[in-house]
Amino acid sequence: MLDLIEFGLFVTLLIVGFFAGTIVEKRHYASIRKREREYADVLAFAVRFPPDRVTPQRAFLVHGTVVISSDYFKTFVAGLRNLFGGRLRTYETLMERARREALLRLKHDARRQGAKLVVCVRFETTTISTGYAASIEVFAFGTALIPERTADSKEERDAALAFAARSVPA
Amino acid sequence: MLVSNLELVPGRRIVAHYGIVQGSTVRAKHVGKDIFAGLKNIVGGELKGYTELMQEARQEAVERMIAEAQSMGANAILNVRFATTSIAAGAAEILAYGSAVQLDGS
Repeated sequence: MLDLIEFGLFVTLLIVGFFAGTIVEKRHYASIRKREREYADVLAFAVRFPPDRVTPQRAFLVHGTVVISSDYFKTFVAGLRNLFGGRLRTYETLMERARREALLRLKHDARRQGAKLVVCVRFETTTISTGYAASIEVFAFGTALIPERTADSKEERDAALAFAARSVPA
Repeated sequence: MLVSNLELVPGRRIVAHYGIVQGSTVRAKHVGKDIFAGLKNIVGGELKGYTELMQEARQEAVERMIAEAQSMGANAILNVRFATTSIAAGAAEILAYGSAVQLDGS
């Protein structure tokens, strides 16, 4: 009897996890896509050096962080997948959501302080907990640059874009 | 205090190096938040309590690093990096470190 209750609880959690998790994920993706369009004017690059090393610019650290949790269903599927190895698609979307969210928060931080350009962006990932309470933290940080002279922002953007294009290995 | 993860600051010259500075803090999870997080683990999504916790911890680590740089007489910290280590289940150390330097100008 007790076993039956336990099994029932497990199945219920699995179903709740599946439906609620799917809704949460869909909403999150919709929100990410919307904000990515909003923050399209804030440029973030992973380049080590600023495009313009000569002109005095205000430089400061900006960051974005998010702790995100897997749902019951995702964790269960991942557990099954672990037996045979291979891609854990359920966790791939989880990591992707966290990274995009962290980058968006970094861009938010930059814009809040009046910057349109962030360079030297780095990601750090930390496992907060494992097992049935799987959750991870993604921390994005970089250096925001604001030109000290009054510059035409479009010019600045074009220069940054041209620099980024040159930096891509052929 | 200028804090950046760049190795140079555009238009500024590094006139003195003071060596490495660091700041760290060890944090534990709150029981109440942990129970809530446990529930949240069924449906998934962001654990806001933990996000705030990590943010506060990093802020504190950075502040301690800045305090060390100030005591050395530096006016900037360059090449800042972060590291996180879990010490025990539910406790983690957050470390911020960088190079304390003196920049010319303003």
